[in-house]
Amino acid sequence: MNVTRLQTNALAAKLVAGFEAAGAVSVEPPILQPAETLLDLYGEDIRARAYVTSDALRGEQMLRPDFTVPVVQMHMAEGAEPARYTYAGEVFRRQERDPGRANEYVQVGYEVFERNDPAASDAEVFALIQGALAGLPVRAVTGDIGVLMALVDGLDTSVLRKNALMRHIWRPRRFRELLERFATKREVQIADVKGTTLVGARRQHEIDARIAALRADAEVLPIAARDVDLIDALLDISAPMPEALGLLEDLCVDLPAIVPAVARVAARQEALANRGVDVTALMFEASYGRTSMEYYDGFVFGFRATGRADLPPLATGGRYDALTRRLGAGVEIPAVGGVIRPGVMLELGGAQ
Amino acid sequence: MTLKLGVPSKGRLMEKTFEWFGARGITLARSGSDREYAGVVEGIEGVALVLLSAGEIPRELAAGRIHLGVTGTDLVHEKLALWDQAVTPLHEMGFGHADLIVAVPQGWTDVDTLHDLDAAAAAFREVHGHRLRIATKYHRLVREFLRGAGVADYALVDSQGATEGTVANKTAEAIADITSTGDTLRANHLKILRDGVMLRSQATLWKSRNTELDSNERASLEGLLARL
Repeated sequence: MNVTRLQTNALAAKLVAGFEAAGAVSVEPPILQPAETLLDLYGEDIRARAYVTSDALRGEQMLRPDFTVPVVQMHMAEGAEPARYTYAGEVFRRQERDPGRANEYVQVGYEVFERNDPAASDAEVFALIQGALAGLPVRAVTGDIGVLMALVDGLDTSVLRKNALMRHIWRPRRFRELLERFATKREVQIADVKGTTLVGARRQHEIDARIAALRADAEVLPIAARDVDLIDALLDISAPMPEALGLLEDLCVDLPAIVPAVARVAARQEALANRGVDVTALMFEASYGRTSMEYYDGFVFGFRATGRADLPPLATGGRYDALTRRLGAGVEIPAVGGVIRPGVMLELGGAQ
Repeated sequence: MTLKLGVPSKGRLMEKTFEWFGARGITLARSGSDREYAGVVEGIEGVALVLLSAGEIPRELAAGRIHLGVTGTDLVHEKLALWDQAVTPLHEMGFGHADLIVAVPQGWTDVDTLHDLDAAAAAFREVHGHRLRIATKYHRLVREFLRGAGVADYALVDSQGATEGTVANKTAEAIADITSTGDTLRANHLKILRDGVMLRSQATLWKSRNTELDSNERASLEGLLARL
């Protein structure tokens, strides 16, 4: 089906109206965003995903790759709590590999900033988006990055190793490589290079500090094979939510550090059920959401078209408390949100 | 129409290209004065010489405005997304050898691999409040390489020349650039990471995949290929 811009915008307006009826205030962030904020947040990878432009006055600007960052900034600057926002508009994604992927498309979003009941907020966002997609042949997957983070945090190893693993939670391949490295005993070999001149801004004491840290870390026992197995057992969990929760609770016996995070999954399941979501049919995959660039650090979800692997997800979302902490210079506001792509909904044949 | 062959318009790369074709009985030369960017081809019929900046040859090949072109692997990979759908390599020419590498100060005794670089970048950001800067003109290749290696907390800064000097000048902490002998790196107190070679490049004769040849051009191409 050939979807026109007119149809997409009409559906977007309808979705926004639905979110407004749920209590959201409509906002309209600018298309051009200061590049510095996004670069600081996402690092160099964002340049491969966002269009950068510039002028002599304001320097580098990016065509917004998503709405989350400007909405968080706006809320932190002027918002009152609790707050719910909705928006609709184009986002721009640079494509360097796959000419079949859209580099410009409409997103409609719903974001909740609320401190008191995170499980209820998670369920609210999920249920609203599921409702908006009702009637379409879609399959939802959920996950929770917070469980893996809690597991890493609770590992019996050095802070240095935990921090390294935590930094690479969103890069599964590198995470695995580090885990294997930390699970084997290795010698520290520092080349004895005499007579070299040190150039550049990184100073000798920084080099000495890392060498000392490496020497100290070489004394740390390797991460136990049993703990590596438990991480694998966690990441392998992929089942309907009640069954997955049972598996998570089994893991709690060996991993007391994940008890609070698993309790949050249980509370969320209950909140979802209270919202009328059929949790027995809802998938939970422990590794879901790890390859997205977004700073999701708790609940994550996505909706894909069943039997249409060629289509991108119709909707994605999650909890991003840490993002608000980084953008708010230490001030944190628990936040959860999601976006829908009306263009993909129409392509799937649902203009209802 | 004639078959258009794009060749670097100046310097060693041009001279070596002329020699390479000369050894195969095809004389390429600049017409008129040294300053004129027009060329003549002798020893084969139906081939026209187009003198271009080596950096523009990938784009011209991809656009199909030249049929054949001589330029480095590094430039083709950097400038063309999905390069293998735009051009086909016909011959590696055995000169213009250069490796695209990541190099850090020799004094960084704690950094020998990309794994070390990643760890040092994390610590550097904590101390200095900004990401570790890597100077380069090969933005796309370097970004893809470092993403594949799982290096985070770095930022690329653009450097179109004298890249090895950026570290001493404190506009970057590390560099990613091409090197043939490593002499300039050593002179600037830099060392290549053990797993820091991204690409081994050399001058290569490429054929555009985005151009339709008419019967004359096809005959010229076959005549040319028979000589190589």
